[in-house]
Amino acid sequence: MNWLLIGIGGMIGAVLRYQVSRFVNRHVDIAFPYPTLFVNLTGAFLLGWFTRDLHTYFPTLGSAPFLLLGVGLCGAYTTFSTFSYEAVMMFREHREWTALFYVVLSCVGGFALSAIGLYGLPK
Amino acid sequence: MPYVAVAIGGFFGAILRFSVSEWLGTWNGLNIATLLTNWCGCLVLSWLNTVTSEQLPIHPHVRLALGTGLIGAFTTFSTFTVDAWKLFQNGQIGLSLAYVLLSVLGSLLFTYLGFKIATTRFFSRRAGV
Repeated sequence: MNWLLIGIGGMIGAVLRYQVSRFVNRHVDIAFPYPTLFVNLTGAFLLGWFTRDLHTYFPTLGSAPFLLLGVGLCGAYTTFSTFSYEAVMMFREHREWTALFYVVLSCVGGFALSAIGLYGLPK
Repeated sequence: MPYVAVAIGGFFGAILRFSVSEWLGTWNGLNIATLLTNWCGCLVLSWLNTVTSEQLPIHPHVRLALGTGLIGAFTTFSTFTVDAWKLFQNGQIGLSLAYVLLSVLGSLLFTYLGFKIATTRFFSRRAGV
């Protein structure tokens, strides 16, 4: 059963990510990978939050909600391969500083947002 | 139809990622599976994107299913950040830092390698690419 929950979560997560990139690319015409940045940052927050709190919302369901929403959905919604590919392509186009900015922004933002999800807002 | 392609790819990508992590488990609290899936995914996606844009025209839906769906769901950013925090919280600060550096630098390296494999004349069918 676990694999089915993860598969369904993965399906929803991948479609959400695709929808975000379609939406952003239709409305904004820029050479910076905002869609991937957006999904990775929001997904990092969501997984942090799910890791901390999800089991308290559904105490009777065991690990099922986390497998569906955490491992499946958040895992598939965020992506490392596209992030890395975009960064390397910017390097190849000799936009080294943009690439570096993209990598640093993704990491710093991702760590900050997942920390907020995991531990709450800094007081 | 593109949504169906992405969904099918995402379904199998997430299951594959889970299978790898069940199979490998953790090493010293370090989620070695996430590191390996991210590296492999980067290598394959870079190769796939390069090959399909320059040498091997495949149907856009197939490309979506494999690239955006399968490999996109197979690799993950959220687990990477949360796992790094968990290590940090456990006091394994050195390991946490190593995990972050290995993930980011390793993935960039594997992405470059995938691109190189796809464009090297030895591997490509069409000479001079």
